[in-house]
Amino acid sequence: MRAARHRNDRLLGIAEHSMAILLVAVFLGPIVLIVLTAFMTSGQTLTSDLWPHEWRLSNFREVFVEAPFLTWLKNSLIYSVLATGFMLLSSFPAAYALARLQWRGRNLVLLAVITMMLLPPQVTVVPVYRMWAELGLTGTLWPLILPNLVGDAFSVFLLRQFLLTIPQEYSDAARVDGASELQIMLKVIVPMAKPAIAATAMFMFFFTWNDYFGPLLYTSDEPSHWTVAVGLASFRALHHVQWNLVMAATVLVMLPVIVLFFFAQKAFVEGVTLTGVKG
Amino acid sequence: MALTLTRTPVAPPLVRKRRRNGRLVMLLMAPWTIGFLVFFVYPLIATVWYSFTRFDLLSPPEFVGLRNYRYFLFDDPNSWKALRNTFWFVVFMMPARLVSALLIAQLLTRIRRGGSFFRTVFFLPALAPPVAATIAFAFLFNPATGAVNTFLGWFGVEGPLWLSDPALAKPVLLTLGVWGLGDIMIIFLAALLDVPVEQYEAADLDGAGPVQQFRYITLPNLSPVLLFAAITGVIDALQYFTQAAVASALASGVATTGGGTASSLGYPSGSTLTYPLWLYQMGFQNFYLGYACAMAVILLVISLVFVSFMLRRSAAFLGTEDLR
Repeated sequence: MRAARHRNDRLLGIAEHSMAILLVAVFLGPIVLIVLTAFMTSGQTLTSDLWPHEWRLSNFREVFVEAPFLTWLKNSLIYSVLATGFMLLSSFPAAYALARLQWRGRNLVLLAVITMMLLPPQVTVVPVYRMWAELGLTGTLWPLILPNLVGDAFSVFLLRQFLLTIPQEYSDAARVDGASELQIMLKVIVPMAKPAIAATAMFMFFFTWNDYFGPLLYTSDEPSHWTVAVGLASFRALHHVQWNLVMAATVLVMLPVIVLFFFAQKAFVEGVTLTGVKG
Repeated sequence: MALTLTRTPVAPPLVRKRRRNGRLVMLLMAPWTIGFLVFFVYPLIATVWYSFTRFDLLSPPEFVGLRNYRYFLFDDPNSWKALRNTFWFVVFMMPARLVSALLIAQLLTRIRRGGSFFRTVFFLPALAPPVAATIAFAFLFNPATGAVNTFLGWFGVEGPLWLSDPALAKPVLLTLGVWGLGDIMIIFLAALLDVPVEQYEAADLDGAGPVQQFRYITLPNLSPVLLFAAITGVIDALQYFTQAAVASALASGVATTGGGTASSLGYPSGSTLTYPLWLYQMGFQNFYLGYACAMAVILLVISLVFVSFMLRRSAAFLGTEDLR
């Protein structure tokens, strides 16, 4: 009886691991095929051979020749870096007030933050577009960067969830030692919240790097202001390039995100978890 | 808890402290408050107002009553199609992502060797930028030379047209969505690992099988997280734009900056025309901004149904008992 159960457990374990390995093939398959195609000759992309006959590293150079890819990269970097920096400056203080200070109306504000976070951006897009048009900033990425100076709802929410997990005793101890509330925030909580700040910054960086709707809305008529997301979407049709170059460009767009993820995997996964469960 | 700490009976310091706190709170919340008013409250009101006007950005809005709404309901050949397509993603893609993510998370809790490797691999696709991931799928599902049809060919099956087949374009996009389930999977995994082991041990002793354990222990423990994922999933589906725009443009082969030209919009035969795509087309390609605002108001009403449901349950996932 016991032996049979033991054998069953082992069989189940083998089945589960086989299942997981099969799923690895499904999940990694597309990425592997993209990378393989990125190295092929353009002729080979039209065949059904999946393994490159010759490895053409020059594809990655050609991407920059065929399209203003360098400009798009530069625009994406400007958008992502400025938006992320601005977001931290404005959202951390708000998250701090929401998570660690007691005040009247706090919960109402929190509900407002969540509502802003959840409502689709299309709901407010027309009047916002009009404001930027009147300021003469449509056609640039500024309409996407500048609003981060006055807070980003998702970042405020995520940072708040993080800050709630820091025990109140740390603040109380500092308070007893005579620290002012501002000192507590800057000297006690900010250092402890570094992983939270890193994770939130990464979320923002990914969001802006991947954002398509925003840059399309504001810059679609101005290719010199496109980001990599918009450029990549138009790459094949507009520049009549073959799949190998499209895939090389796709790899180049994915690479920064994946590299950044591996550098800060722990903080990032913790952040993802906090977006979904109670703090 | 913290509340009782500050409500000590010693009156004078409390008053002083609260005033200082008040000024600090105002300072900390000032940027957010400006953003809330300028980028949320005002645009929300303006959207409702514009929805009753004819407005093209060049001349000031001109009041036309309910005409935009009437056009949406009775005359627009695409409004219902766009609504139906978006609901398709709500009804099929959201549950498909949730169920697959839950199954994979459950599998991961049982993996003893290489757990972190598997976790990373299953999470990785969620990082792929949507435009890049969609292009990759359009390439893999390319009817002529794509890897999927090549694979089917090995078994003598002639592959379908996938993204160029009106019946299959949305299911291919669903596959893409399921492929990128990593973020929900991580959330579910964390929640699964939080379920007290004792509950399973007790159930084991009582002779409950795996299905019963899942039904009576796992699901109830996960319900707040599942609810949160379901609602954010609905909201994401209501916004579904990028993948549909890029896939239709690529499959149609028409030169476009995406979502752009009328000929690729919703290709094939409107099967990928989602609500936000049609709103974008009408508002920012055709410059019927009043009409786009009417569509935005309808989207707002639909979204608010789900958002309010979430807010009512928010205490459960926010970790604040004093929310109400």
